[in-house]
Amino acid sequence: MNINDRIVAGFVAGDVGFVTTVPCKQLAGVIDALEAHPDIMHVPSNKEDEGMGLCAGAWMGGTRPAIIMQNTAIGVTINTLVTLIQYYRMPLPMLISYRGELGEPVACQAEMAVHTKALLAQMHIPTYHFHQQSDVEEFDAILEYTFMCNKPVAILTDATFWGGY
Amino acid sequence: MIRSAVLAELKDIISDEFVVCNIGIPSQELHALDDQPTNFYMLGTMGLASSIGLGLALVQKQNVIAIDGDGSILTNLGTLATIANNATGNFTLLIIDNGSYGSTGDQPTYAGQKTALAAVARACGCRNVAEVPGKETAAAVKAALACDEMTIIVSKCASGNRKEPVITMDPVVIRDRFMRTLAQRNGNVPKEGIRAAG
Repeated sequence: MNINDRIVAGFVAGDVGFVTTVPCKQLAGVIDALEAHPDIMHVPSNKEDEGMGLCAGAWMGGTRPAIIMQNTAIGVTINTLVTLIQYYRMPLPMLISYRGELGEPVACQAEMAVHTKALLAQMHIPTYHFHQQSDVEEFDAILEYTFMCNKPVAILTDATFWGGY
Repeated sequence: MIRSAVLAELKDIISDEFVVCNIGIPSQELHALDDQPTNFYMLGTMGLASSIGLGLALVQKQNVIAIDGDGSILTNLGTLATIANNATGNFTLLIIDNGSYGSTGDQPTYAGQKTALAAVARACGCRNVAEVPGKETAAAVKAALACDEMTIIVSKCASGNRKEPVITMDPVVIRDRFMRTLAQRNGNVPKEGIRAAG
């Protein structure tokens, strides 16, 4: 099973039925695999805070949600994470492409990479970093943890994890 | 006719429906007029009432009404494209368009100037869009709830607010009673929010 299918299988095993995405080159394969899966409703969003609103609604409607986005989105969504997801105590798994790490060809991406973990730590968001492909073995447990504690949880996935650019 | 008068005329029509209400004074006015467990009040995030409402409507069968404002739609304008491309018949978006940012001192919005939100919604691909004067809003919402097609209503009314208290209810209480009522209405025990002890 390739890494994209493995992640989608994890979502399905974790009973996640609604996924919203804002694309990143690194995430293209997993977004394609999600779109093709019959058990997951995939609704692309224009911006990540909009996507978190969709996820909040899906969860209150009885379906486990997730968002897939780039780490630059942490800068976009701080208020939504704090005043919607955390304030109303909602679970939200965030599968995040961690741009700006080793192998990154676009210098500007490193600018947000240096703030990513600090911002997540400042918001007290549990954060996992997938660097080797074998790290995906924790994916199912992270989803279960997220829906156990009703918190936003970040999974940062870097270029090494995805096998380069 | 100002927003609070539109809400007063809507009261009997939406009282038992699942409503996601815009941040600030709109939620305060609805809460003071007719607090219901079927109301989800936005307390801290501007612009996402329509997104939350769409997410709710897409995953279950009950009607969902998002009551939004022109300023909040402008802050999340992409929502109209998402709504158009994921239309669901149980969703109604009511935009109370008073041309102003009511919760922050009635500063003018662009919707009160050159920008027509009904035309923007149509250009985004929304098919069933009605612009109505405030006094016709209740009838338009009633018709939207009765029809199987997703409806966007732009209710043109005057700028102005009623002075109502800030909502002090705990946000977790607001969303938990909303979720439980929705799950019951759908004949489900909520999967989330109920946990075994220990």
